[in-house]
Amino acid sequence: MCALCGVLRNEHWADEGAGRRARVIRAALLERVVAHFGLGLREWAGQYVVSDGKGRTEVAGDLASVWMSAERLLGRPLDPLDPRLVDAL
Amino acid sequence: MSRTPVALVTGYLGSGKTTLIRHLLEHPAMGETAVIVNELGEIGIDHAILRRVDERTVLLASGCLCCTLRGDLVDELRDLVDRRDAGEVPPFRRVVVETTGLADPAPIVNTLLAEPLVRHQYALETIVATLDAQHGLRGPESLRQAAAADLLLVTKVDLADGSSVEADARALNPVAEVVQIVGGELHPDRLFSGARAACVHSTRALSAHAHDDEVRSVSVALEGPVDWLAFGVWLTMLLHARGPEILRVKGLLDVGGEGPLLLNAVQHVVHPPEHLAAWPDGDRRSRLVFIGSGFTPEALERSLRAFVA
Repeated sequence: MCALCGVLRNEHWADEGAGRRARVIRAALLERVVAHFGLGLREWAGQYVVSDGKGRTEVAGDLASVWMSAERLLGRPLDPLDPRLVDAL
Repeated sequence: MSRTPVALVTGYLGSGKTTLIRHLLEHPAMGETAVIVNELGEIGIDHAILRRVDERTVLLASGCLCCTLRGDLVDELRDLVDRRDAGEVPPFRRVVVETTGLADPAPIVNTLLAEPLVRHQYALETIVATLDAQHGLRGPESLRQAAAADLLLVTKVDLADGSSVEADARALNPVAEVVQIVGGELHPDRLFSGARAACVHSTRALSAHAHDDEVRSVSVALEGPVDWLAFGVWLTMLLHARGPEILRVKGLLDVGGEGPLLLNAVQHVVHPPEHLAAWPDGDRRSRLVFIGSGFTPEALERSLRAFVA
């Protein structure tokens, strides 16, 4: 368990007070970020669905889970300091 | 029901933790204090409730080491409350937890923040780290302890000049208050006043000549309101990708309200963000301090700006 995963917490720290609209807005940014690594993401029923080009999908309940799912699908962590990602944003 | 404040006292072997606690417990203001220590018999104070714990770390499936739960601490903290409620131990209003000299504070912080029953009863008030003036920062354990601290105590300054160790401590952890002490003398208010929360001093660029693999602190300041949703995306991504390299994040964020949002993370154990009623000074820029290795200040700032701008 990781505190970041929020498994033992009622709500992940980044989600506190965030409603559906906030999740949709955030999903748009997440989609742009994961797309840089060849992954897809969409918001669905209050959760995030992460997918790769091979048709594999994972459902993530919060932000920390998004990065874990993305890492599993990609085979390595997605680094926000990646200069090509930073340039793309 | 108000939660019982907890002060965590950490520090390398022989750096003066026990002397500090012994002195604190002699102060009249420290009555009704429960103390959880590793070695019974060294403190030798009658009025405190002393409990000994053996380090027992519970690593849950798919977990990383810094986010483990300290099962021993969970048991002790829960048992203390049960026995207080049953009248089996004297009432106590605060708790001091002493770590071992080699302990990583992150699992203890995680236990206090994430274990549901513990966080319902207790609130982590402050993290204190002792640094011996003769030896200073020693090894990775010492760095992790000092980086996690809100209050850094340079001890044994009667035996050695503490100025060099104090300078190292300030450079490593600019979000901590650094104080030199002799013989463990410290007023309890320094641990339990609750005034240290917003202590994010500077926007200094520190250790500019450090190598990437050297632990250092980096400060970033941003003008204007920060997009909180984008910031959450960025920070969770950063802590996931580079968690082992990041020892501490602390900052005040302008998210458009009257006061800032206080953000505090020890490794990637993140405290629930807290809205403060007002800024601590006239500087209303968002400011963040990162302590860690493996990144340059430029790369960190450029990435953050790309996400939140």
